[in-house]
Amino acid sequence: MMLDSTDSYVTEDGRTIGGVVMEMKNITLRFGGVVAIKDISFDIREGEIRAIIGPNGAGKSSMLNVISGFYVPQDGEVLFHGKPRPHMKPYEVAQQGIARTFQNIALFEGMTVLDNVMTGRLNKMNSGLLAQAIWRGKAEQEEIENREKAEKIIDFLEIQHIRKTPVARLPYGLKKRVELARALVSEPSILLLDEPMAGMNVEEKEDMSRFILDVNDEFGTTIALIEHDMGVVMDLSDRVVVMDYGKKIGDGTPSDIRNNQAVIDAYLGVAHD
Amino acid sequence: MTQTSEGVNGLTSVPALLQRNAAEFGDKAAYREKELGIWQNWTWSEAADEIDALALGLLTLGVAEGDFIAIIGRNRPYLYWAMVAVQSVGAVPVPLYSDASADEMAYVLDHCGARFVIAADQEQVDKVTDVQGGLSQFEQMIYLDPRGLRKYDHANLHQFSKVQDAGRAALSELMPELNRRREALNYDSTCVMLYTSGTTGKPKGVVLSNRNIIETSRHSSEFDSLSAGEDILAYLPMAWVGDFIFSLGQAYWTGFCVNCPESVDTMMTDLREIGPTYYFAPPRVFETQLTTVMIRMEDASPMKKRMFDYFMAHAKKVGPAILDGETVSGLDKLKYKLGDLLVYGPLKNTLGFSRVRIGYTAGEAIGPEIFDFYRSLGINLKQLYGQTEASVFITQQPDGQVRSDTVGVPSPGVELKIAENGEVFYRSEGTFVEYYKNAESTADTKDPEGWVATGDAGFIEEGTGHLRIIDRAKDVANMSDGALFAPKYVENKLKFYPNILEAVVFGAGKDRCTAFINIDLTAVGNWAERNNIAYASYQELAGHPRVLETIQEHVETVNKSVAEDPMLSGCQIHRFLVLHKQLDADDGELTRTQKVRRKIIGEKFEDLVNALYNGSPEIYTETEVTYEDGRKGEISATLEIRDAAVVPVTASKIAAE
Repeated sequence: MMLDSTDSYVTEDGRTIGGVVMEMKNITLRFGGVVAIKDISFDIREGEIRAIIGPNGAGKSSMLNVISGFYVPQDGEVLFHGKPRPHMKPYEVAQQGIARTFQNIALFEGMTVLDNVMTGRLNKMNSGLLAQAIWRGKAEQEEIENREKAEKIIDFLEIQHIRKTPVARLPYGLKKRVELARALVSEPSILLLDEPMAGMNVEEKEDMSRFILDVNDEFGTTIALIEHDMGVVMDLSDRVVVMDYGKKIGDGTPSDIRNNQAVIDAYLGVAHD
Repeated sequence: MTQTSEGVNGLTSVPALLQRNAAEFGDKAAYREKELGIWQNWTWSEAADEIDALALGLLTLGVAEGDFIAIIGRNRPYLYWAMVAVQSVGAVPVPLYSDASADEMAYVLDHCGARFVIAADQEQVDKVTDVQGGLSQFEQMIYLDPRGLRKYDHANLHQFSKVQDAGRAALSELMPELNRRREALNYDSTCVMLYTSGTTGKPKGVVLSNRNIIETSRHSSEFDSLSAGEDILAYLPMAWVGDFIFSLGQAYWTGFCVNCPESVDTMMTDLREIGPTYYFAPPRVFETQLTTVMIRMEDASPMKKRMFDYFMAHAKKVGPAILDGETVSGLDKLKYKLGDLLVYGPLKNTLGFSRVRIGYTAGEAIGPEIFDFYRSLGINLKQLYGQTEASVFITQQPDGQVRSDTVGVPSPGVELKIAENGEVFYRSEGTFVEYYKNAESTADTKDPEGWVATGDAGFIEEGTGHLRIIDRAKDVANMSDGALFAPKYVENKLKFYPNILEAVVFGAGKDRCTAFINIDLTAVGNWAERNNIAYASYQELAGHPRVLETIQEHVETVNKSVAEDPMLSGCQIHRFLVLHKQLDADDGELTRTQKVRRKIIGEKFEDLVNALYNGSPEIYTETEVTYEDGRKGEISATLEIRDAAVVPVTASKIAAE
């Protein structure tokens, strides 16, 4: 299926996928002599679930960091809504409506789940330092609004029972969910998930898959995710980019990828020259 | 027995009670539910508006009088409203267990011929959608939570709030019809149909009339002088008769407030926040809470632990007496007051029992230690005995006459008799109308004079008039030497140990008794942690030699105690094994109300039962398990079978009566 960057189409399950929101053009990323990403181009369309897969060390996380603006590629450019994106600070990225979770969970361990989720709203608070300190007028109003948003996400991800529990006491699978909650509460238009299912058992993976689908469905959030588990990726995503040794070796729908010889080789292993 | 055939003040239906409450207690809270972290509140008049809107909406969908409407979901105000709205339009609500599998639901939906289903969320909608092909009478579904359902085909699917909107829009047009239907309800019209959990065979639909529900609610509310000021927490399955009586019958009769938890997992937090004044829980809940308290005390500082032990010992000594209003020495009273300040009060607060005025437990026997623990804290925990067919109440314990080994005196308006074979029969205004579409079973259970067989064997204690239940009548059998075999009696003794979650005793027609044991993962897991015993799975822990040793000690202690009863001394356990999997309702081994299905377990684990009797030291077995999503898998294990010491019994002296 050939689409223009502004075309939209409707998926089999009835979701509307819009035009290109983000485009990676000939990205090359080097750390000293190591080439992590070699001349990769692909795009992300509005409302789709886009997966980046590949064996260990393929450069997936680096790619996600390029998308999130954390790494600046030496060559190539990232187009956001058709315009080249300048180098940005993390909070500027967040203000653009991009949120992410991390492969190694990055929560405030000593704070409760609710407080962690509330930090996702910091960007949306406009009241001054003094107003917040004495908690009057606008600050109070904002806190109530933000708390409501946070509670809606807590409800959505079914973590009400741990609302007041310090994150440090939670098992891994729940921490992952809390991290997703913190990302979601900022109402992102693009959500980047770095191995959302790593280290989970089958049941936790199924739960997480359902949440990812529900987020996409309910909020229309564009999702780019990195994942190891082929089965999960094939079930979840609309389109998949496959990387191996920093190169793109495949790009297409899950069924295209399944039949792609280069991908099969990368996963089953062939001798590299 | 007082006959009030026309009801009190013409209040002959639940919708009529609702209208009275809206008029009398209009501004008082009727429902609360925690949502978005806040307790949302509905007064009686708000609830009445919501129910009217839904009832009118049901009329716009074409609900006819006499239709059956299934209601599936966890306890939420909206679903309680749905029940009353369904009643208001002359239809019959049929609440279903929300954790039932699609197949189980299909049976019930087909049996009652439900035209409509009101489902809580996507999960329930999916289950019904899966089986609707086989349901000839099913027409439309209403769902509460729209999440994930946006893209579903809405030809026969409606959102709850939209149905209410449609009802409000049609108010002037349909109100006369709603009023007509509401006024047509009388004491004999069906109030609800509840499916029994089915310890044997397929579930049966128990038809309960307005008379059954309202009379029972009236009597039982008066018995404990329940008032409109009570708060209860509605967390037990809506399909269970107890929840229907407590959260609907009694709530509507007295006008008290029903509080719904935020989710299944937040129940304990919500319990603490609400602090109910009237509380019901099956023994298992009390056991779990006690286990949690004890485990946490193990980890407490030595100072706190000593204080806890000291005052708990004192509470055990005088607490129940103080609760029953007996005279206790001034010093003891003072010490108890101090204990209340330092230990009992904070503990009750943690458990959510600070305000409990009346607590009930039923369904299974409760361990005396567990029972006494709560009573010694000053919690007025009582036992009742009942069943769906009786609209719950058969017997209950009056204040001041509470003991762990009886189930109390006949509830007001209930007549009791014991048949020659020991089976307990009762008759009351709460006695069910019939089993739906099952005249044969109805006739088997209820005789023309209205006496209903409980299926339980028991006797009335001389002097006190309290009923004591021995076992299920059909489970009571003889062993090959003629000795009496009452499995439940032994199982209950075993289950009183926190380490043992469930036990199944075999021995009918055999020369000796044997048992399956299920360990309690919380208690045993904690013990393992403290003793540096590593385990990777439930199965591994269950098979650990030291766990087996502990269980063996328990079994042998129980044997000693069983041997003391001359009638039942033959029920001592000679051999036992610890099961490699937890008995589960999803595998059909327990009912949805968590009762053991003895026959099915015996058949499913036939190889294990044989091994218990043929003397083999261990057995390899493979078992099919069902996961929560309905998929099946298989687990295998080699189980060790242990011999337990028994107390020799000289001669069985069974007194003929």
